[in-house]
Amino acid sequence: MSIVIIKYNAGNIQSVLYALERIGAEATVTDDPAAIRAASKVIFPGVGEASSAMAYLKERKLDELILSLKQPVLGICLGMQLMCSYSEENDTPCLGIFEEKVLRFQQPEQGAAVKIPQIGWNNIYDLKTALFSEVKEESYCYFVHSYYAALGAHTIATTDYTKAYSAGLHRDNFYGVQFHPEKSAQVGEQILKNFINLI
Amino acid sequence: MSEQVMKRGLTKRIIPCLDIKDGRTVKGTNFVDLRDAGDPVELGALYAAQGADELVFLDITATVEKRKTLAELVNKISHHINIPFTVGGGISSVENVKELLGNGADKISVNTAAFNRPQLIAELEKEFGSQCVVLAIDTKKEEDGEWYVYLHGGRTKTNTKCVDWAKQAVGLGAGEILLTSMNHDGTKAGFALDITKTLSELLSVPVIASGGGGKMEHFETVFNEAQADAALAASIFHFKEIAIPDLKRYLYEHQIPVRI
Repeated sequence: MSIVIIKYNAGNIQSVLYALERIGAEATVTDDPAAIRAASKVIFPGVGEASSAMAYLKERKLDELILSLKQPVLGICLGMQLMCSYSEENDTPCLGIFEEKVLRFQQPEQGAAVKIPQIGWNNIYDLKTALFSEVKEESYCYFVHSYYAALGAHTIATTDYTKAYSAGLHRDNFYGVQFHPEKSAQVGEQILKNFINLI
Repeated sequence: MSEQVMKRGLTKRIIPCLDIKDGRTVKGTNFVDLRDAGDPVELGALYAAQGADELVFLDITATVEKRKTLAELVNKISHHINIPFTVGGGISSVENVKELLGNGADKISVNTAAFNRPQLIAELEKEFGSQCVVLAIDTKKEEDGEWYVYLHGGRTKTNTKCVDWAKQAVGLGAGEILLTSMNHDGTKAGFALDITKTLSELLSVPVIASGGGGKMEHFETVFNEAQADAALAASIFHFKEIAIPDLKRYLYEHQIPVRI
């Protein structure tokens, strides 16, 4: 078992590393293509801005590398958004693993104004796949984001903020979560454990 | 207890604040008379287990020599705590922030240094994103009925109005406002509802209300009436006057969306 966290210009990578340590899993932070290819699990974290993150990945050919991976891959927050087809954030074409598009939160047409970014704990529901084994419907996870992936065929978890959107996505060996499992208390730790236990 | 219907959506946050001096938790009344309330890592982990939504660690003796100690403490905290936390106290440069985030802090808060050089906020936003830049404002209502910004932990008055500084800071890239009312801090008589409401309605970013929370109903009021996104308190948690699970249950029963 070797877990690799992809190192690029959008962290908070340390938090993911420490969260894995808390659940007894060792991981390596690297941008070395050979090490990433050889890993049994790959985590693609990220906090930051989409276009500069994509430019960085392309420059180092990490985009092609990620697309070529066959082992379970988990994108977190911006990582998940970059695995979508497109982000409205600075009009950025992304990796296209998930067809879902990433859009900016808009103020709701009715009701009270909301704060953007969404910061804090929100429910996840309509949970699918083994990534959410033993995670209760409506569990709370910690979110920090201004952009969201729309609902679509690959949605495996849903959250409501101004509208229902994808809190989780899945296709083949690729998984993504919009929230931060590394900061989502016991629920987040369960999701990280589930990811590590994926075959 | 009446039947509750679970409502989906973003919840209001309860944030214990741990003032740190020489690696220990302290909390004073009106910023003086410090008392020792324990080990920050242990206390932080306890709050996380009890259902605190985030933690704030404020290094009240942050000096250049102590910077290394703070980074080490942050590293220890991030190894042990599974919820987000903010670190503040004496932060004045991109380099300071890089070290703290690199040791696992999720957000940092800036106060006096940002007021003295507002461009710091823009620099931090550009380098790390607004989601990790919290602007802390210590404010006091003067006899003219206006709220003014105070610096240096409340020791230095400015002629700038709280509203003006908050607006400017959000424009520069602050992602959240941590608003402490000096009139209310330490009184346990309730939060400053008027200025909290003003900022909550005015700003596009979340407002964390701080200062004055002494009873559970104060939290209900600051969420319901002042529309705060989060509420921060210290000694009432440290000295077990209010237990976080009780507070959250109380808020839940009063139709405030909270994570329980």
